[in-house]
Amino acid sequence: MLSAEEKREIDKEIAIVPYKKSACLGALKIIQQNRGGWLSDDSLKDVAEYLEMSEYEVDSIASFYNMLHRHPVGKHVILICDGVSCYIMGYMSIMEYLQKKLGISEGETTSDGLFTLLTMPCQGLCDEAPSMIIGTERHTFLTPEKVDKILDDLRKAN
Amino acid sequence: METPLTKNIKPHREYVSLQEYEKTGGYQSIRKALGKIAPKEIQDRVKQSKLRGRGGAGFVTGLKWSFVPMGDAAPYPKYLVANADEMEPGTFKDRLLMEGDPHQLIDGMITAAYAIGANIGYIFIRWAYHLSQERLRQAIAEAYTVGYLGKNILNSGFDFDLHIHVSAGRYMCGEETGLLNAMESKRAMPRAKPPYPQTSGLWGKPTVVQNVETLCNVPHIVVNGYEWYRALSKTDDGGTKLYGASGRIKKPGIYELPMGTSAREIIEEHAGGMQDGFKLRGFMPGGASSPFMLPEHLDTPMDFENVSKVGSGLGTGTFIIVDDKTCPVGVAVNLQKFYAQESCGWCTPCRDGLPWLYNTLEAIENGRGRMSDINLLLQHCDLLTPGNTFCALAPGAVMALGSALKYFRDEFDEHVNKQTCPYGNSRHG
Repeated sequence: MLSAEEKREIDKEIAIVPYKKSACLGALKIIQQNRGGWLSDDSLKDVAEYLEMSEYEVDSIASFYNMLHRHPVGKHVILICDGVSCYIMGYMSIMEYLQKKLGISEGETTSDGLFTLLTMPCQGLCDEAPSMIIGTERHTFLTPEKVDKILDDLRKAN
Repeated sequence: METPLTKNIKPHREYVSLQEYEKTGGYQSIRKALGKIAPKEIQDRVKQSKLRGRGGAGFVTGLKWSFVPMGDAAPYPKYLVANADEMEPGTFKDRLLMEGDPHQLIDGMITAAYAIGANIGYIFIRWAYHLSQERLRQAIAEAYTVGYLGKNILNSGFDFDLHIHVSAGRYMCGEETGLLNAMESKRAMPRAKPPYPQTSGLWGKPTVVQNVETLCNVPHIVVNGYEWYRALSKTDDGGTKLYGASGRIKKPGIYELPMGTSAREIIEEHAGGMQDGFKLRGFMPGGASSPFMLPEHLDTPMDFENVSKVGSGLGTGTFIIVDDKTCPVGVAVNLQKFYAQESCGWCTPCRDGLPWLYNTLEAIENGRGRMSDINLLLQHCDLLTPGNTFCALAPGAVMALGSALKYFRDEFDEHVNKQTCPYGNSRHG
């Protein structure tokens, strides 16, 4: 069941498009944000019911987009840029450092549920490469020292 | 030298408010145009200005608009969409415009919407651009407060509502018909053309999709005239261009310069030249889908025509600089991984062909390549071409690869002959 607040938020998305169905992506983003950063089968069903769509149609959309997650993610999703400018500027050594430090590979979540490590091609921060985005924060000119500080700060804030 | 697009942008990109924007001539365009100049006349002036789309393809903007049905019999509503998806690898110019001067985009959108008779607009913006979204929301709210958006703008009788659509992320959304499907909350597959979006676009209604930088040019053309705009350029394409550069250079960034500035001036003067200890091997002038150019091409005037003449494309005008210490095979692997991942899966050549290219390249890079693999790559560069694929994604992917094979063939051969990467950077996350 969608909460009253979720419905209110989705209604705002419905208001700016001519067909209810066309608010589906907006609704999925809202639900993901509200329900721990990922979309469960139940969440898809809730959206489908509210927008009068089949849950399979909703899943066909949810499974297509990079920023919609169909599996549980950690509290902080680390999106490291693997675009070409970051490749030239050495993102791979930062990626290796992150994997070693967190003890996980790309696509995995730490056992404490704090971090998920993903790549996101070209974040438009090419002039400050290598870069990564965590939440709405962008981190640029990455070095192993910077990565240490970013992760420490997030752990402390927890 | 005039820099109309970036003149308000502050060093640390602090927010430029409505009042500040208006102080430097902001929103004069809508005061001058709305209800006073006929929409068709604006279309004609923009055509005369020789403004060409800044998203990559370089289509003449005024010409694009002229295909939109006008008059009382035209379908209602019509839509204007700003393409702020900017997912082309190596491209970061529209972010500067949205963070640095968001009102300029809104100003351009109102003017463009008036010219094509669109009453509803959307800014389709990529998820990663959080600060741009925040600033655009603030600027849109300010514009509504003073009546630049909404009903009967400046008593002209023209209505325009503007909304933001935050993309859920996929490279295909940058292709205009893929973008329209995403806006309708469908999978971002490309649509068959014709019909073109100008006659049947968003929800089947006439729609113009235009890149952010393109729209930001429009108010300046309306206020200062098309002769002035054309005179900004060094060549036949009008205006200034936001050029950019990233890689091992001293001053990576975005520089607004006359259209047709030489690659040498952009790289050596504005980008500060190569970092110490690095030499220029080549560069992709317009994002990842534009073929490589070499040091011997540095004196090319960087406009649409002249860049095509040397076998590349101006694309987005943001250079990806590849230095002599970066493995060109590694760059090709990185690019093909991106394209293989971002293929929407709609047509078989792209869905199956690109992963094949990626796997082949990856094997070559990691010392498992055979000479016949290189022939296979070359073959695919001729096969994954317009007409054999549904949209431009795969052709874009093989354009960069084809040029890498043409210019850096020795490096590919060396990987195969030595069965290792001579640069030692042979791991891909």
